[in-house]
Amino acid sequence: MEQILEVRDVEKYYGSKGNFTKALDDISFSVDAGEFVGIMGASGSGKTTLLNCISTIDRVTCGNILVSGKDVTVLKGNRLNKFRREELGFVFQDFNLLDTMTAYENIALALSIQKVPVREIEKRVEEIAEKLDIEDVLKKYPYQMSGGQKQRVASARAVIGNPKLILADEPTGALDSRASRMLLKSFEYLNESMKATILMVTHDAFTASYASRILFIKDGKLFSELRREKEESRKLFFEKIIDVVSLLGGELNDVI
Amino acid sequence: MMLFKLSLKNIKKSFKDYVIYFMTLILGVAIFYVFNAMDSQTAMMRLSQSTKEIVELMIYMLTGVSVVVALILGFLIVYASNFLIRRRKKEFGIYMTLGMGKREISRILLGETILIGLLSLAAGIGIGVFASQFMSILVAKMFETDMSAYTFIFSRQAAVKTVACFGIMYLIVIIFNVFTISRYKLIDLFHACRKNEKGRLKSSGLAVVLFAVSCAVLAYAYIQVAFHTQELDQQKTMLMIVLGCVGTFLMFWSLSGFLLKLLQRIGKFYHRGLNAFVLRQVNSNINTAVFSMTIICLLFFVTITVLSTGLSLNHAFRQELTRNCPVDMNLVKTMDVPGSTDDPAVAASLLTVEESMKNLDFDFSLLQDWVEITVYTDETFTWNQVFRGEMKEEVEKKFPRIRWDGCQSIVGVSEYNKLASYYGMPVCELSEGEYQVVCDFSSMERLFNRSLADNTPVTIGETTLLPRETVCADGFLLMNIQNSNLGFYLVPDSVIAEYAGTVLSREENILAANYAAEKKQEKKEIEERVKAWMNDDAVWRNMAGSGIAVDGLTKIYIYDSAVGLSSVITFIAIYLGIVFLIAGAALLALKELSESTVNKERYAILDKIGVDEKQKHQALLWQMGIFFGLPMLLAMIHAVFGILYASNLLNMYAEKDMRSSLVFTGAFLIFVYGGYFLATYMGSRRIIDEK
Repeated sequence: MEQILEVRDVEKYYGSKGNFTKALDDISFSVDAGEFVGIMGASGSGKTTLLNCISTIDRVTCGNILVSGKDVTVLKGNRLNKFRREELGFVFQDFNLLDTMTAYENIALALSIQKVPVREIEKRVEEIAEKLDIEDVLKKYPYQMSGGQKQRVASARAVIGNPKLILADEPTGALDSRASRMLLKSFEYLNESMKATILMVTHDAFTASYASRILFIKDGKLFSELRREKEESRKLFFEKIIDVVSLLGGELNDVI
Repeated sequence: MMLFKLSLKNIKKSFKDYVIYFMTLILGVAIFYVFNAMDSQTAMMRLSQSTKEIVELMIYMLTGVSVVVALILGFLIVYASNFLIRRRKKEFGIYMTLGMGKREISRILLGETILIGLLSLAAGIGIGVFASQFMSILVAKMFETDMSAYTFIFSRQAAVKTVACFGIMYLIVIIFNVFTISRYKLIDLFHACRKNEKGRLKSSGLAVVLFAVSCAVLAYAYIQVAFHTQELDQQKTMLMIVLGCVGTFLMFWSLSGFLLKLLQRIGKFYHRGLNAFVLRQVNSNINTAVFSMTIICLLFFVTITVLSTGLSLNHAFRQELTRNCPVDMNLVKTMDVPGSTDDPAVAASLLTVEESMKNLDFDFSLLQDWVEITVYTDETFTWNQVFRGEMKEEVEKKFPRIRWDGCQSIVGVSEYNKLASYYGMPVCELSEGEYQVVCDFSSMERLFNRSLADNTPVTIGETTLLPRETVCADGFLLMNIQNSNLGFYLVPDSVIAEYAGTVLSREENILAANYAAEKKQEKKEIEERVKAWMNDDAVWRNMAGSGIAVDGLTKIYIYDSAVGLSSVITFIAIYLGIVFLIAGAALLALKELSESTVNKERYAILDKIGVDEKQKHQALLWQMGIFFGLPMLLAMIHAVFGILYASNLLNMYAEKDMRSSLVFTGAFLIFVYGGYFLATYMGSRRIIDEK
């Protein structure tokens, strides 16, 4: 199996000499193509920092991050933007849709900045909209959509460029349970039918249960790893997750 | 004291955001001071009597214009500070959760306003005092006075006026602020940063329709104003102004929606790079500011029109002067007053101008040469003969107060030719049985031309004359600032010879003369002596006593007042132009900066989906460029027709006179507007680049 992401001995410090916090403490793991990986941890455990480092929004203090064999920690300036634009797709907790543009335009923007011809843009947007069941909202503005619809539009924008890796930061954080389920179904679909590789940060066990593998982070360190066995029901996987969460200590109890 | 420290810190912290507002305030104060200090600046100059009158007129008018300027600046300041307050909702929210009352917040704002007010007044007046010294040099140059008596002047009166005016404005700002703060609810303050585009959605179909409507309204007003200038009375002119305003408003209301619709059709363009984003940004920017865009556009329109016409008026005046003032002096005297010759007035009215001058001891050695001619009237030759039938009704409609029994002036052709060649004007030829009208005042000229084209016969005594040509001849009898010969009739000498003293009576005699001098300075000396003669009590009493005065105009006097008048117009044009431009540009800049928090979020999203820095900056530049460009572009289109209107009204020849003033106006616009644009762009760029 092709390795899409490799995180090697990554450390991240905040603050200056004498007074600093270790946000990430020697983390290493890898993600294969077609995997759907969840990262769980309490607030302040460093999971979002990790995602930011992978997505090149933040820089690591030491260590390397390789995306399909390319070291992203040494990229700079426009090459960094090019990398972000072409190899990564993002889904954020607060959607990050442009409020001035319609859903269609928001999705199309990801392609037009890659200089994809208009005809193809049209075709691909319609295609993805059908798959994610957002055809009805294409002409609507973000404020006219529900949270779930917004997040599915954001997902469509994230995957339309066929990125190597989709990064999702608490994608269900602002959604109610019904919308969460629909979004996660979409993720499942993207992962299974479109072979998209997804790395999702969450602190919600239910959301995490849709992933095929879960990494637990505590105080900046990799704490444990859980893999969903073949043919294992999601309910069982969910219970396993809960077990690990309670093992992690009181910190996570509040989120269940 | 704590609150004051907070104010001070706030200003320091947000200085970069305030800088445009602050600079505009300083500029406003400085300009206000400079133009109000004109009074004391000119008081020190040695001005001739005629110039002094003009300068007084100018100062009087500037005072009036200052009221308008104060209103505009007041509006700007209140509006701008409201912008700035709204930006800080979140900050106030934090103060309030910390337990600070609205009263304390108001006090913080009070401190800030006072601080900004004091600083801007001090800096503005400081700059103004220096700028007004340059202004005096400019004034001196315009009125052609010497600057030998020049001293550095500080006008206390202007300073007091400036402080009072701006003090009132700041007071209004404070009241507004307190009012705004008192209406805030904590919950709103916290949601302030989550402001989303809402309810601004306009039906694009409606936008297209309204765009068409606004185009039609503007086109109608343009055509009326530029090509039917003479047909507009006061009421209609007002209507055109209202149509222009409404059209502008509708244009801004619909323009971005229309453009969006149009460009979306061209998918290739719309979905290339960040084009869609930029257009959406512009659309949202304009849609939240339709009213201010309208005001700004109209301000620019006034700026461009006033500056270019005001400046070229000066130019046009000077050009016309050379034509209209060919000799040094004109004297006029009423002739042949009816009555007994025992009456001294009647006796005096029988003398020619030259004879009167001799009687009054005029020193003829002052004059090089002179020409005297007589203007006749015939009681029965009135407007009734000039306009008949349909023409008469038309003229009546246009000039409802015309006196149909008003006599026409009549001059013998050879006498006129003598004067015309003395003036260096073309001479006229007439055969027996012909007449010609000489006129150079354009609206009268048009009417006379109709009468001539109709081949209207004219009867004097028993002789009937027919027009020699179908258009008026160019010329005049008396010197003037502008073309103002309302028209007179040239008739063959034989008609004068036959009817003089019977049907034709002498109306007035006109004497034109040149001073016996070549150099300007010598001419000025002679001018003084002529004036002394005219103002001499004995002479004056003699003439006034008889009721028959020798009235005069000299070239130097006309030049002085013409230069003065055009200078007054130029000064007022510059004053209004600068203030309007600055007000408009500052409004745009502040509006754009106040949006920068929202912009920042949007550009941050671009960052996250991997847009290059350079592309992002380009998008911002386009967004700002379009936002700044649109009102200016529309204002320029307005101005083309506004200038056409003005030049039609003032009888100027657009292309020739306007070029240099248009260039000046253009350079000025680019400098000031470009400055504001750059400052805004840099400011916004700094904000969106902040991490």
